[in-house]
Amino acid sequence: MNDCIVPTEQGLYCPAGDFHIDPWRPVPRAVITHAHADHARSGHGHYWCSREGLALTRARIGYGAGITALDWGKPLRFGAAEVSLHPAGHVLGSAQVRVAVDGEVWVVSGDYKRDPDPTCTPFEVVPCDTFITEATFGLPVYRWPDTRDTAREILDWWRECKAQGQTAVLFCYALGKAQRLLAELAALRDESGGPATTETVYLHGAMTPLVKIYREAGIAMLPTEPVGNQPRFFDWRGRLLLAPPGASGTPWMKRFAPYRTGFASGWMAVRGSRRRAAYDRGFVLSDHADWPSLLRTIRETGARRLLPTHGNTEALVLWAREQGLEARPLKTEYEGEQGSASPVEAVEERDSPADGRGGAG
Amino acid sequence: MQRFAALYAALDAERGTEAKLAALTAYLGDATIAEEDRAWALWLLMGQRLKRLVAPTLLRRWIGEFCALPAALVEESYAQVGDLAETLALLAVAHREPPPATALPALSAVVAELQGLAGAGETVQRAALFHWWRHWPGPALFLLGKLLTGALRVGVSAGLAARALARLAALPTETLQHRLMGEWRPGAGVLSQLLAAERGARASPAQPYPFYLASPLEEGPDGLGDPADWQLEWKWDGIRGQLIRREGQTFLWSRGEELLNGRFPEIEAAAAALPDGTVLDGEILAWAGAGPLPFARLQTRIQRRAPGRRALAEAPVRFLAYDLLEHAGEDWRERPLQARRAQLEQLGWPHCSERLAVRDWAEAAALREQARARGVEGLMLKQHQSPYRAGRRRGAWWKWKLAPMTVDAVLVYAQAGHGRRSTLYTDYTLALWEGEQLVPVAKAYSGLTDEELAELDRWIRRHTLEKFGPVRRVAPAQVFEIAFEGLQASPRHKAGLALRFPRIARWRRDKPAAEADRLETLRQGLAGAVTAASAAVASPSAAGAGASGGSASSESSSALDSE
Repeated sequence: MNDCIVPTEQGLYCPAGDFHIDPWRPVPRAVITHAHADHARSGHGHYWCSREGLALTRARIGYGAGITALDWGKPLRFGAAEVSLHPAGHVLGSAQVRVAVDGEVWVVSGDYKRDPDPTCTPFEVVPCDTFITEATFGLPVYRWPDTRDTAREILDWWRECKAQGQTAVLFCYALGKAQRLLAELAALRDESGGPATTETVYLHGAMTPLVKIYREAGIAMLPTEPVGNQPRFFDWRGRLLLAPPGASGTPWMKRFAPYRTGFASGWMAVRGSRRRAAYDRGFVLSDHADWPSLLRTIRETGARRLLPTHGNTEALVLWAREQGLEARPLKTEYEGEQGSASPVEAVEERDSPADGRGGAG
Repeated sequence: MQRFAALYAALDAERGTEAKLAALTAYLGDATIAEEDRAWALWLLMGQRLKRLVAPTLLRRWIGEFCALPAALVEESYAQVGDLAETLALLAVAHREPPPATALPALSAVVAELQGLAGAGETVQRAALFHWWRHWPGPALFLLGKLLTGALRVGVSAGLAARALARLAALPTETLQHRLMGEWRPGAGVLSQLLAAERGARASPAQPYPFYLASPLEEGPDGLGDPADWQLEWKWDGIRGQLIRREGQTFLWSRGEELLNGRFPEIEAAAAALPDGTVLDGEILAWAGAGPLPFARLQTRIQRRAPGRRALAEAPVRFLAYDLLEHAGEDWRERPLQARRAQLEQLGWPHCSERLAVRDWAEAAALREQARARGVEGLMLKQHQSPYRAGRRRGAWWKWKLAPMTVDAVLVYAQAGHGRRSTLYTDYTLALWEGEQLVPVAKAYSGLTDEELAELDRWIRRHTLEKFGPVRRVAPAQVFEIAFEGLQASPRHKAGLALRFPRIARWRRDKPAAEADRLETLRQGLAGAVTAASAAVASPSAAGAGASGGSASSESSSALDSE
């Protein structure tokens, strides 16, 4: 039979339904998995995205085009194809796309993770025949520690900075990671069972509108204030700041001295990436699936055919073939998690990182 | 092991020297840690390594078996991480079982266990590794892997170690630097000996002095004052060495603190005539007639212990002395160079590095221009009044090297780097045109900024034509200006020649690949260099003769310089 979804110049395309998924060049009909820049681009004719992700998608693409919001799991017909969105657990509103044509089911995972995340609906296993999975961290060396432990490490580091009279500047992606950190920190408890901290966290300008959207979606996070709203001689020592990696090493940083820097990313699991990134501390926290989660997810979908895309696709293909699955890499232009990016990388997910798997985190 | 792992983590996390120094000093001075463990930690942190116990290929195979991973996945993981020890640790932790109730063994016990494994068969080694992999936490496993596969390298230089010990002992850093020189093995009492306020006799007659290193002269010599205050010599292209004659024994050390005894019997034979209590600083060179042979000829001798008659005849070696550090058993390093040099010449050592006479700096510059033709790297400038210091100290000793040669080459293969550069494609193979073909001529690992590295890495990933394991063949499109110090014929390389110290000088984004240099250019350069070198050998080279011909700038450099 014909492939239900094929890569084209414009992006992943479904011939039976005549629509694209996360296209990177302008097309008439675009189904969007989530609002990161390498997946949701402006310039398409009409958009479909999850209801949970509507506000973020709108913020990303502007008001120039129509967006249809879909409820989780509710099918919609595009020609001969039946399309539905299912939670992917990557960021607020992130979706997998299920496409059924003549009883054959394909699922495009978009970016996803299996770790608990208080800021979005958890990943749902969608049984399918063919699974197009992301593979950003598709190597057995990548496995994430418990998110709570990482959050605790970050809090300890913040307190250490405070004790030494320094500002704690934590770099992370503006969409998803920043909000997850704020929610995880808010959820930490002390010995008496009360919140471990209720202190205000200060945000780089690129993050404030996105945090606002998460608050409006009812996500509980630590209180925040924009950096830019503080008086000129504000005492930054002992405060925690969140900023996108691109702000590292820019003149914007000057006012916070003396400061220490940290970076929260899955890439920080490898020492070479940590050392090269030249942050004082690396915290292992990713919104992508680690190796065990990738394997588990592939198994649970029951897919016979695996098409890994963006990232370490070859290792997954190798593993899948050993399991007796049909597998080959699918070439796309998605960027995965911006790597142990050098400080000059864009303020947000613009181009691929030092590791070549860059883009949205 | 836990304490050592904690120290390692602290050293690894800290980027400032002062913080590293504080962490190291605290550990070395901590009496709650067994002295032997601290001595081992010091020895290992300074970059010493245990004799290789298990072949890396076996480690890779066994971790695959331990984790039930296909070999190709282990290789992909290793290529991504760039460090075998870390790859092993990252893979193993997934299969960790609850640790046994006992704490990790002490560092010296771990070392003893590893050394005990050296003679054991593969079955025993494999079982030991499986036990560690199953029970040890990640950071300790990482260190264990480091002990098995190589040196630690965490920014603890001999200088930093000496400073830490000097703080603890309240002694001058230079004293500790001297005590740390040469071969010492950790053991009971070694650390207290290193820290002892007074030490009568030196630990061993073999113990060398720290080398005094010259700094590169970037601006030229005009700011150095009167040339009459300076001693000028050629900067030789050999192996820096220290020749010790004490208690009827000879010891020859390289600058890398490697004992070279047995490799250069002609030097040891000559040293037997030296009076006891003599230490010379100088250069080991292959030599024929009146001049040095290319470094490649010396290279044939470096790894050869007890060389045969043929090797001795083809690359005869000598120790060209340029300084006297110990005379009649007395440390002469505080005396002025002039006095040391005068005494050196009284010793009757057959080969001293000639002193070059110049009237002004222009004459010195003219001499430097002859360097390539003479098979040397440039000039050394040493102040007559200078004492012999330890390490690299600016001000009194300068090396004034020739400008490097350059060639524009095309990137053809890339491989991921190691350490700080792991996960990035930073090791490049560069090629020149021969007809329609690109022939690799050099590998270069450095010379680009971090931003350029990251950009090139992205480019490489998007323009890979083929993959062979960790190596990627890329589209021939990127041109780099390669700087190098010299050329040598090499039948081992496809191009028939090899560059010395190649590094990337510039990314020539302006240049299309088709306009990169041709291999022919280098071949001509090689022929030119050889002709020039033999010409230099034929001409008399005495102290005064150098001043004559400043015009004989080497042919090879002008032919090769792409500017």
